[in-house]
Amino acid sequence: MTYAVTHFTPLTYLRRARLLPVAGRVQVRQGQRVIATDVIASADLNNEHLFIDVRRALHLARAEQAEALIEYKVGDKLQAGDIIAQTGGLFKRIVRAPVDGVIVAISKGQVTLEVPKTPFDLLAGMEGVVIEVIPERGAILETHGALVQGIWGNDKIAQGVLLPLAESPEDALTVDRLDVSMRGGVVLAGTCSSAEALKTAGDLPLRGLILGSMTADLIPLAMNASYAIVLTEGFGLMGMNSQAFRILATNEKRDVCLNAGGYDPFAGERPEVIIPLPAQGKAAAEVSELKPGLSVRLLSAPYHGKIGTLLELLPGLTELSNQLRVPAARIRLENETLVSVPVMNLDVLE
Amino acid sequence: MPTSVADVETILAIDLGSVFTRAALFDVVNGQYHFIASASAPTTVNAPFRDVSESVHVALDQLAEITGRKFADEEHRLILPSQSDNSGVDRLVVTYSCGPELRIAVAGLLSDVSLESARHLVETLFGRVVEAIGLNDRRRSEAQLDAVIKARPDLVILAGGTEGGASRSIAKLVELLIMVCRLLPQDKRPTVLYAGNQALAAKVKEVLSKWTTTYTTLNIRPTIDDEDLEPARTTLNQVIGGIRMRQVGGLERLAASSSVAPLPFSYAFGRMIRFIGRVSESSKGVLGIDLGASHTLFAAVEEEKQYLKMLPLGMGRGIVNLLNESPLENVMQWLPMHVAPEVVRDYLWNKSLYPSTIPLTQESLAIEQSAARHILRLATQKLMTDYPGFYPAFEPIVVSGSMFSHAPNAAQALLLLLDGVQPVGISTVILDPYHLLASLGAIAQVNAIAAVQLLESNAFLNLGTIICPISTAKYGTPVLRVRIEYEKGSPNQLEVRQGSVVSLPLQPFQTANVHLDALHHSEIDPLFGKRSGSFKIVGGVCGAVIDARGRPLVLPKDAARRRELIKKWRAALGG
Repeated sequence: MTYAVTHFTPLTYLRRARLLPVAGRVQVRQGQRVIATDVIASADLNNEHLFIDVRRALHLARAEQAEALIEYKVGDKLQAGDIIAQTGGLFKRIVRAPVDGVIVAISKGQVTLEVPKTPFDLLAGMEGVVIEVIPERGAILETHGALVQGIWGNDKIAQGVLLPLAESPEDALTVDRLDVSMRGGVVLAGTCSSAEALKTAGDLPLRGLILGSMTADLIPLAMNASYAIVLTEGFGLMGMNSQAFRILATNEKRDVCLNAGGYDPFAGERPEVIIPLPAQGKAAAEVSELKPGLSVRLLSAPYHGKIGTLLELLPGLTELSNQLRVPAARIRLENETLVSVPVMNLDVLE
Repeated sequence: MPTSVADVETILAIDLGSVFTRAALFDVVNGQYHFIASASAPTTVNAPFRDVSESVHVALDQLAEITGRKFADEEHRLILPSQSDNSGVDRLVVTYSCGPELRIAVAGLLSDVSLESARHLVETLFGRVVEAIGLNDRRRSEAQLDAVIKARPDLVILAGGTEGGASRSIAKLVELLIMVCRLLPQDKRPTVLYAGNQALAAKVKEVLSKWTTTYTTLNIRPTIDDEDLEPARTTLNQVIGGIRMRQVGGLERLAASSSVAPLPFSYAFGRMIRFIGRVSESSKGVLGIDLGASHTLFAAVEEEKQYLKMLPLGMGRGIVNLLNESPLENVMQWLPMHVAPEVVRDYLWNKSLYPSTIPLTQESLAIEQSAARHILRLATQKLMTDYPGFYPAFEPIVVSGSMFSHAPNAAQALLLLLDGVQPVGISTVILDPYHLLASLGAIAQVNAIAAVQLLESNAFLNLGTIICPISTAKYGTPVLRVRIEYEKGSPNQLEVRQGSVVSLPLQPFQTANVHLDALHHSEIDPLFGKRSGSFKIVGGVCGAVIDARGRPLVLPKDAARRRELIKKWRAALGG
């Protein structure tokens, strides 16, 4: 059986598609260098519509009469005050565009005007080079660098200098450890259970925060934070896994890109921390067979976030301490402890 | 369709779940259809695979290893029909519940009439209402238009107008939908299902078909007082099949080999519950429950009434909805040990991030079982609220889902049901340990005899007879006098007190006559108002169980007392 792989890689080749959900305008060209917060493409997802009933406004009996008087066609741009239609005669009636917009439909004596609002901007989410432009949809980006994939993000994108605040993967983020010298940076810490710390990080402000875990009561606050937050392990007070921590801690002061988008397993989108490096990496495998020798992360208490090596897939079913009988594997943790855990609780790493 | 076992067929059923893909093999042994074996693999519907074929291959490889039968040729194609060398199968049926949640907009006239029925229709499938437009909507037409466009629905269910009733308001909604389609590119236009006033059905289809794929079905609200979802559910099944074929990689290839079009899990599950209702000797109706990772499905049939409700509450990603909608104390009240609230909360949030993980410790198993109890409770209450005639008094009750089938022992599975659903009266609880019920619903379409015989085969596990009297007596008051007469040996007598769970010694398949006398204004079977009587009961793996804890079951507020009781009830069943 092949399993999807989670990447905690010090150097890899990354290729990511950034595509709009609907047709829009691509803002980059092939070969262009971009940073995480650059706009790749924009779409009018937020536009509003206005129905202008010409027939009624002109007091006409039939829709065809109204449509014959409309002075524009679908696709025409109007400015507020432009005359859309008018009757002749001494006491003529006039219908004007109330706001700027584009005519998107004329039907049954009614004009539908699309009113532009702030467009939806699709951000790059990483620093890299545009290697292909997909017309009307977006672009394919590539880079070389370190990659740490997360499991939860607060739907923000940021780029800044990496500031390892934690000395160990378990170190907690607290208010007293934050200071003004961190302004504009991306802070690395093990855990967070302090609402005050998250608020202070926003006041400085930080651009981003990379944590192993955070207590789930902070979710609403984190979702409203102005800066990007990525969790590598999940919720609670689990320290960051040693592999991810090592990669991040050794890249102090480098520019780091946080794509803290939500985890969408179907689309394959998950939060990512990318550190562009001036070296050539190789593309990492997306799937792997579950076999002895693999590096794995354990995904549930009491070993959540621990990393180890898969020694063997145990035959048949193994009875756990809670009497559940499941397919299991024997794992040697980094501290040499041997544990048997359900196969379903393993995350294959590369 | 075969009419006798002479038309022997080997049947393969594949169920594409959101977490697991299951393959099950059925064949004729000694003139009867039997469940032979099943195998499962993690579903590969998600990235990077985006194609269920990989998980189907792995599940079939495992099934081949277990059965010694070859299912696929060298090019990984299913061998159809079966060959003389015992390879392949004669029939393939497919059910599915995987893929992204369907985004559905509902449009209708009155919010508590047609819109409510449209919502009820959505609640029969794996979907979410992302926008609702109705006559009571105070928004301007433009705002409604923008709301539908922003909601990006896969499907719009258009209801409204009783038979011979309103037509102008429907026409207005149709115009709105045309405008939605005008403004969206062709590949983003929602499919439309019209389920309103039949006088307009042909015209609505003619007009909307110019813009998008449009289906019509019978009116889901033919009169103000009557709701009839059944015809719409059958059409909806085709509609969803079309959407899923586009979304779920590999499903179309499977469909090409399948004897019937792949069926949505909820539809096939509900169909099988109706089937059981028809073959069951009981007049009390049948209840089927599937506690899944994303959703919980309740399907029931009772005389002419049918209930099907799929709630977005489950033991995987569905936990997020539980945590967002329900105070944590409601989950924690079921814990048999002290666990800090923040530990429970964080554990459940993590379970939503890693839905396929298995609890490793007593504590984490207890947290999951507590969440499962509360989900079952909420689902039961929702049915009782939406359908005032619904009362959890069915015979039998069939349960499926890994919380039941992978419980450490049968007693824990039975207690999970008793605590969560809180059934009343006398019933039998059947476990579907291999998650076959929906597959049998699909099989019933091509081979009804196989479905009947498989129901009576080794595929299901009788957990036991349950006797759940109703009483408002004080804790410790005798509420039931019981006399059990076995076929052999001397009879037993006992008195059951309010607040207790009592296990009656009865071996699996052993029959006994029980004579029950309700005491202190208790009732044995509230539906029939029975206060005494003799009943023939059959033992399951948990024997027979009397649950005299009252309905609704009220847990003590004092945490220590509550935990002590929970442990006592569990011990009473030997769990």
